[in-house]
Amino acid sequence: MLEARNLMYMFYGFLAAWVILVGYVVTLAARERKLKDELAQVRNLLKERESAR
Amino acid sequence: MREKLIYLLSAAAAVLLVRNLYVIFLALPDEAQQGPIYRILFVHLPSAITCFIGFFAAGVCSALYLGTKNLRYDAVAAASTEVGLAFATVVLVTGSIWARIIWGIWWTWDARLTSMLVCWLLYAAYLMLRNAVTEPTQRARFSAVLSIFAFTDVIIVWKSIEWWRTQHPGPVLSIRTGGGRMDPDMESAIYWNLVALLLFAVVLVLVRIRQEEMRREIDGMRQAAHAF
Repeated sequence: MLEARNLMYMFYGFLAAWVILVGYVVTLAARERKLKDELAQVRNLLKERESAR
Repeated sequence: MREKLIYLLSAAAAVLLVRNLYVIFLALPDEAQQGPIYRILFVHLPSAITCFIGFFAAGVCSALYLGTKNLRYDAVAAASTEVGLAFATVVLVTGSIWARIIWGIWWTWDARLTSMLVCWLLYAAYLMLRNAVTEPTQRARFSAVLSIFAFTDVIIVWKSIEWWRTQHPGPVLSIRTGGGRMDPDMESAIYWNLVALLLFAVVLVLVRIRQEEMRREIDGMRQAAHAF
């Protein structure tokens, strides 16, 4: 019984570590996508302003 | 060039992590007194060293920023801090899970745990400060000062198990104890996982630096667009 609990908590420990790190990677990827979109938008805006001058 | 480096380091980290998981779960035996739960140490300790290296890099880059006013150093400091904080979260959570089995409690206010929690809060405050200040040079200056101040707590965390009698176990690595506290195969597995996590952290820092550069480029173009 105690052995099973010990093993289960070891599993929770590894799971928690990977959930945190993978969660961070997912956040980074989402931020990167958002920044790329924003960069493309600002570039377009700049082009429009330059051609309007 | 940087893209290639990111892919190369990611692949190396992935191969090492798989190899390490095999060693940790299948090659090494259970620890005599703790049973299987001791394996959390193979994530907990390398994550702690990784986060301290990240915070150290952030402190050094913050000092370099204050000396040179080069915003590249600020970008590296911000990236290292954010990645370091992710690993610090792993340290606190895995330590707490281990403590629940070994001590019967999730948390205790001993010097090591408390100073680590303070460390986490200080670096979380660093990231909040960066979000709160919009002007880039002011943001870089304020956050550099906070980063250098916060690093003093990292030293306290590191030395706390020597300075005070804590519930947290004492040093186990032979570089600190002179040897004899841990089986060499187990210690070797810790070092291998440290290498894997450090490679992974470097990849994350490189990606995060690229994002800081993109943010700066966007800010610069926005200013140019408003100037029209």
